[in-house]
Amino acid sequence: MRSPAGEVASPALVTVTLTVNGDRVTAAVPPSRTLLELLRDGLRLTGTKQGCDAGDCGACTVLVDGEPVLACLLLAVASDGRRVETVESLARGGTLSPLQDAFVRHGATQCGFCTPGMLMSATALLARVSCPDRAQVRAALAGNLCRCTGYTKIVDAVVAAGERCGEPDEEPGR
Amino acid sequence: MTGIGERVPSPRAYDAVTGRTCFTDDLALPGMLHARLVRSPHAHARIVAIDTTRALAMAGVHAVITGRDLPVRYGIIPWTQDEYPLALEKAAFVGDPVACVAAIDEATAARAAAAVRITWGVLPHVLDPEAALGPGAPQVNEAARHGNITKSVQLAFGDVEGELERSEVVVEGVYGFHGTTHAALEPHCAIGVWEPQGMLTVTSTTQVAHYLHRELARVLGLPEDRVRVIQPPLGGAFGGKSEPFELEFCVARLAMITGRPVKLRYTREEVFYAHRGRHPMRMRVRLGATRDGTLTGCDLHTLIDGGAYASFGLVTTYYAGQLVTAPLRLRAFRLDSTRVYTNKPACGPKRGHGSVQPRFAFEVSVDKLAERLDLDPIELRRRNALEAGERTVNELLVRSIGFRECLDRVEAASEWKRKWRRLPFGRGVGVAGSFYISGTNYPIYPNPMPQSAVQLKVDRSGRVTVYSGASEMGQGVTAMLALVAAEELGVELAAVRVVLGDTDLTPVDLGGYSSRTTMMAGNACRRAARELAGRIRAAVAGEPVTGVDAFRLAEARLGPLVGVGHYDTPTDNHGAYRGGTIGASPAYSFTAHVAEVSVDVETGKVTVEHVWAAHDAGRALNPMLVEGQIEGSVYMGLAEALFEEHAFHASGLHRGPSLLDYRLPTALDIPELSALLVETADPEGPYGAKEAGEGPLHPSLPAIANAIHDAVGVRLDALPFTPARVLAALVSARRRGRPGRGVGRRAPPPSR
Repeated sequence: MRSPAGEVASPALVTVTLTVNGDRVTAAVPPSRTLLELLRDGLRLTGTKQGCDAGDCGACTVLVDGEPVLACLLLAVASDGRRVETVESLARGGTLSPLQDAFVRHGATQCGFCTPGMLMSATALLARVSCPDRAQVRAALAGNLCRCTGYTKIVDAVVAAGERCGEPDEEPGR
Repeated sequence: MTGIGERVPSPRAYDAVTGRTCFTDDLALPGMLHARLVRSPHAHARIVAIDTTRALAMAGVHAVITGRDLPVRYGIIPWTQDEYPLALEKAAFVGDPVACVAAIDEATAARAAAAVRITWGVLPHVLDPEAALGPGAPQVNEAARHGNITKSVQLAFGDVEGELERSEVVVEGVYGFHGTTHAALEPHCAIGVWEPQGMLTVTSTTQVAHYLHRELARVLGLPEDRVRVIQPPLGGAFGGKSEPFELEFCVARLAMITGRPVKLRYTREEVFYAHRGRHPMRMRVRLGATRDGTLTGCDLHTLIDGGAYASFGLVTTYYAGQLVTAPLRLRAFRLDSTRVYTNKPACGPKRGHGSVQPRFAFEVSVDKLAERLDLDPIELRRRNALEAGERTVNELLVRSIGFRECLDRVEAASEWKRKWRRLPFGRGVGVAGSFYISGTNYPIYPNPMPQSAVQLKVDRSGRVTVYSGASEMGQGVTAMLALVAAEELGVELAAVRVVLGDTDLTPVDLGGYSSRTTMMAGNACRRAARELAGRIRAAVAGEPVTGVDAFRLAEARLGPLVGVGHYDTPTDNHGAYRGGTIGASPAYSFTAHVAEVSVDVETGKVTVEHVWAAHDAGRALNPMLVEGQIEGSVYMGLAEALFEEHAFHASGLHRGPSLLDYRLPTALDIPELSALLVETADPEGPYGAKEAGEGPLHPSLPAIANAIHDAVGVRLDALPFTPARVLAALVSARRRGRPGRGVGRRAPPPSR
């Protein structure tokens, strides 16, 4: 059966302006649109994943003003004026960040579906604690489910990235 | 040059960490519509009428389909095709799909799905498999041949009753497995595209592109050569995407009706209804031994709760026994196994298909035997381990086996001798072992063609391209194929590109199931590359050229450098009896675990402190990726032992179809996992390699059960080991006045 397809009445749109991965973005969105939908469907930044759409899995974790946030639970209108960073922002000039590089070298990715969210949570941790121990890493990643790895190599990678961050150019006097 | 046995990142890891992996749901096509399913709110109900007029009249709605638009039964196993893409006359569980709507966006599709009016004639339902076998039980599935039975299997090898009678010790127990699901983080998703010249393309999160291709053609009435299936990388699968689902048929039909691309992605709740997870089982085991600890006979009875449809159930019914006959030698074995339909989401293959549940029952039985014989359970297993070249009692040929070394490794790494029976009350260690197939010798539909083929192209740039139909789902098939091609052709790993999962572009591979890919696609790739490398070498013999110059000279002399290879499974390694082909594999992997646990006797909470898992994967082609498979397996088994439960209300409603209520372990819940590689050289595996993706899961559950017994002296024969269940067992043991520990152990503290 086929129906005569008509236009859908649009609810009132709201204009939001935010910074996404350093770019200033203006979009007109329905009030019910989530940041996740804006990123994935509106801006085609599909690195951020939808695993549950209910705030349970962490696959959609992005940084909002530097803090890890579940993009499926934040309305796009609430991101107005804020700074959003996604997994696409981590590599600079075609070079992996030390954390991304550690994930690759330690075999911390299998299917890769949780990886973007894991990386964003770990990025926030490393910004706060430069050399976290395993317990700190586990706590920081507790909101990000992984179904493939058993977390071991992910924790290895974040700890190693912390060590790498701490090593070069270390101030003398320690 | 990077070679076999080195710890090298998967080429796919770079995509994963940059977010560039393009999963099915990351695709958006011009003009694409979005579909939404309407599902049954009843566990069992006749469809009296479906009124789609309101939904169709909504702005933005393009089409609504019902069972009448797809009135052909399908199913992964050709002999048990017992489900319609959309319920035709009745729904058989809460969540059974009934209709499907296509609209211009997801929100409109959801509103239209809610506007489809269904008149139901509610029928009595049955959730319990024993009740389903009883008199007067409602008929769950009309395609069933005998009442509510999917399949019943009786097999006997040797004189089980005689062996048990002659045994000096016999343990008997009844064991329960509760049912769990895969919960891959990526929800199922499919996109259908119809081209007006009569060409259908379905892009799907399937593990079995080839079988999906066949079923799409059959159900939609299209010639197979007009159907293309594309399988992007999967965001996890674990067996949960290894058969066709209604979403693939729906997007195909809706695309054909509307002429627009149609996408359907399950909500997380719907993933729980699609299910095909690990079957609940009730198992009765009798296992005997002589005084010196030689195992004698095993009698295994399983009742399998299948849910509303067969799925792989015919095979599951066999696997529920065929894979307990190693690594320990048995003189006699008997299996009585029955799978029953119930009004719940269909169960199917989850990582360790059909064999994880009986493995739990068997390994706990072995632990009980060791206790009765006052033997170290590692030593008991060592004494009974099969040898390479031996056949199991059910006639499976074991070509290579590293099980004793697995035991040695976990014994040493865990400091077993210092800990077993010696840790303070509340803390204990347990051991378990297992084996698993590296692919099945026979395809799902009988045919004499190869199970896996690879095409290779060596370009004059020096680039090597591997074309394979194998399924990438995170297990590392891309890395494995690149490694094999690089090894044989003598090029850098980075010079190899792997093209996977597209039935138009790649030669056949039967899919990512039964731990078959390294064995089959690996051997196919090795043969293709070796043969091509041989021709190139011969063409340039005696010439002072190497590397890309050799390729160019060979191309000048031979024409384009392309090769093909395929893998055929051996047929000499199993019994000739009916069912003997199930469990038959080119090679078997072996695993041993030691788990260390602590049990809080006040709350019943079990904490796994450490798991040591030694796995014989033959030759580990990439030890880092093999470790990843072992760690992931241990994690998934541990989760099933302590956290997960696919449970239902009496109405048939799922108790918690979300990732909050269906409790998955987080990074805080998982102990340190020590993956230990034991290498054997299997004569059939590529470079000696065997499987690593499923086998290492099996011992997780019984090793934890046996550790709980060592810690507090109670046996937990039913999963999961929730605090309530552990506490009840502790209270019951105290009431019976039994000491809390085994031989020579300190008594438990008195109850408050």
